[in-house]
Amino acid sequence: MGELFTVNMGPQHPSTHGVLYLELVMDGEIVLSCKPHLGYLHRSIEKIAENRTYTQFIPFTDRLDYLASMNNNLGYCLAVEKLLNIAVPPRAQYLRVIMAELNRVISHLVAIGTFAQDLGAYATPLFYAFRDREKIVELFDEICGGRLTYNYIRIGGLSGDVPAGTEQVIKDFIKYERKQLVEYNELLTYNVIFLARSKKIGILTQETAINYSVTGPMLRASGVKWDIRKEEPYLVYDKFDFDIPTGTAGDAWDRFKLKLDEIEQSLRIIEQAIGAIPEGNPVSKVNRVFRGSGETYMRTENPKGELGFYLVADGGLMPYRCKIRSPSFSNLGALPELVKGLNISDAVCVLGSLDIVMGEIDR
Amino acid sequence: MMTMVLKGLSALGFIAVSAMFLIWLERKVSAWIQNRLGPMMTGFQGTLQPIADTIKLLLKEDIVPKGVDFLSWWLAPFFVTVPVVMAFLVIPFSSKWIVLDLNVGVLYICSVTSLCVLGIFMAGWGSNNKYSLLGGMRSAAQIISYEVPLLLSVLLVVMQAGTLSMQGIIHAQAHGWFILKPQLALAFLIYFISATAEVNRVPFDIPEAESELVAGYHTEYSGMKFAMFFVAEYTNMFIISAIAATLFLGGWQGPWLPGVVWFLIKAYGLIFVLMWMRWTLPRVRMDQMMSFAWKVLTPIALLNLLVGGWFMLK
Amino acid sequence: MQNSEILTQIKNKFPDLFVEEQSNAVVIPKTALLGIVYFLKNEMGFTNCHCVTAVDRKDKMEVVYHLYSFSNHFMLTLKVMVTLDDLALESVTPLWRSADWLEREVFDLFGIKFLNHPDLRRIMNPDEWTDYPLRKDFKGRILFQDRRRKGLKDK
Repeated sequence: MGELFTVNMGPQHPSTHGVLYLELVMDGEIVLSCKPHLGYLHRSIEKIAENRTYTQFIPFTDRLDYLASMNNNLGYCLAVEKLLNIAVPPRAQYLRVIMAELNRVISHLVAIGTFAQDLGAYATPLFYAFRDREKIVELFDEICGGRLTYNYIRIGGLSGDVPAGTEQVIKDFIKYERKQLVEYNELLTYNVIFLARSKKIGILTQETAINYSVTGPMLRASGVKWDIRKEEPYLVYDKFDFDIPTGTAGDAWDRFKLKLDEIEQSLRIIEQAIGAIPEGNPVSKVNRVFRGSGETYMRTENPKGELGFYLVADGGLMPYRCKIRSPSFSNLGALPELVKGLNISDAVCVLGSLDIVMGEIDR
Repeated sequence: MMTMVLKGLSALGFIAVSAMFLIWLERKVSAWIQNRLGPMMTGFQGTLQPIADTIKLLLKEDIVPKGVDFLSWWLAPFFVTVPVVMAFLVIPFSSKWIVLDLNVGVLYICSVTSLCVLGIFMAGWGSNNKYSLLGGMRSAAQIISYEVPLLLSVLLVVMQAGTLSMQGIIHAQAHGWFILKPQLALAFLIYFISATAEVNRVPFDIPEAESELVAGYHTEYSGMKFAMFFVAEYTNMFIISAIAATLFLGGWQGPWLPGVVWFLIKAYGLIFVLMWMRWTLPRVRMDQMMSFAWKVLTPIALLNLLVGGWFMLK
Repeated sequence: MQNSEILTQIKNKFPDLFVEEQSNAVVIPKTALLGIVYFLKNEMGFTNCHCVTAVDRKDKMEVVYHLYSFSNHFMLTLKVMVTLDDLALESVTPLWRSADWLEREVFDLFGIKFLNHPDLRRIMNPDEWTDYPLRKDFKGRILFQDRRRKGLKDK
């Protein structure tokens, strides 16, 4: 056995997805132990929440999982609405579903692109993914004026109605994206090298996944048929017909493939929702400043997993405590277990397949 | 003597120009593959971009990290670049354009190009960086293992041609390229795969695996030293393509056009394939690559050599 | 399944403990934490520790556990009160690995110590930082930079 040495991977490293810092103890190329160090992006968003009114905090949720801002907005607004029993106009509910699913699609696209990049497919899949993402980002830009941080979903509704012609744009995108999914499968999913690199790597069993409180695509890739949208439907998800794709082995390839399958399911939901949007005014009629009391815990299905907001209110204008249970945080917790004994190349592959965003891990 | 010097100088000039052209080509090819435009601002279609890059690299500070093994760190870029230049000695651009037609040309070029690994290993060792060290180690293991199938496949060509001289091999292909013969077609495939591994190109870019080792053995190099690694890498690509064109594709032979044009078309065609692979395929893993070399490629190459030799004896 | 149902179950199992229901949460005494969570995990099917967090109530701290049971489709909010003079309680990491980082986060931001935690270090803030930012008495204006500069001068 050779001499052990420590490799400090990150916080500045091409494949640690932001500012994650992994302390790897290595024996040659084999990772013996992995110790993640967090906090390089810590902005204390939970403390900020205690010093902002309920409405003022919405833009901060954009900065959690910055690839899925709509879903974060949605999670927070649903938590506040649950706390205060605020009703949401039906048109807003349908539009929220569409926005959340579109955002899920583009978040998964980024995950696919960066995962391929981590496996050494230089930039090409990433550019393809971003090309598709661009269409939705531009649509969001038109709807709410932001390309990354949307602040579109508000407490009790939306900040505004969608512009005319949006439906057609989304319909075109669905048609286009279905074609692209075939291309991703050809370029990556069934590529021999890709299979050799990601199959049977970083296997996460069902028990371990549940014990680590892993959620979202990672949990489903391990074979647990679990989706909050089905189990505890919020908004109008119970009106749509969609499947929950699951993996069988729980390896990196399953986690990758699952995202492609989920894109397809999201497209199905959007397709159904677009046909059924009711008329009306989706704009929120709730006062900007209000008092709340009580406690609530609301979780929603984010692209990365279950995003939970634990709100404690004491009758003041601002939340007394706002705990954000972020999916990437718990998912990353399983990393040391997964990479133990793997090659450093595989460790990078596993990390890529977890699909983490440091913004919501460090908060 | 004088013509020899002139030939050598023009070879050096060609290396510089070719590396620049290849860097531009790589950028453009990658851009086309990825729905981008690539460099557009410097000159027509960004043709002056390599020159701008060169000026930038020349003017950059030469950073010496703390704790480097100075001698090996300093010498490594030269050890990588010099063999590449030396290899140009025997590359036949046309029937006349060759610096020196050694009668052991193939042997010479194979031994010289494998010297590169020494420089890469020195760079990895001397940089005092764990990523570099891992990169250097990987590179040593990789290049040495792929040398075996590469030489076995070249050997078959030598057997077929009955000469080690580069020009001699081209002349032996006057009545048909070697790639058209079945056993040599397989040898060509083996050669091309091993050569891709020899020059650390995707899917065998393991020594510099960006997403794992940042930049592998040349992580710590900057300025002109980095440029030397860069030039060596691209020139190496040209060399393996030139050898493949010479050994299997009939070298400078071809109708209508002058020999040198044919030669460059063939070489750059192969380079394009290399680039195409780079921007499409993911990277294999270290152990997968090693087992591929020893368990798949080498036995096939050996078998191919035996069967091919048997056919020749008949 | 209802909170009250779990409450009666716990009361049946631990008859001499004071367990109550407060604003949709089951409040249990600190000393009985390990026994109760062990019972909840192994006999009530709460295999998933969804979230661990804390709330600073100024006169005391609340540690809040969100436990989930996949078989019963039920989310249980479990609360443990911790007094300010003894900010320590047992860690549940041996039962649920997910509690590892969540407890570290609570330790980092509230200063509540988890006994028998395998690796209780600060997770977000630097190790040399001495404050607990999510406590209500924390003054956010003290910049870390200044402290570090002072610390450097002292050395």
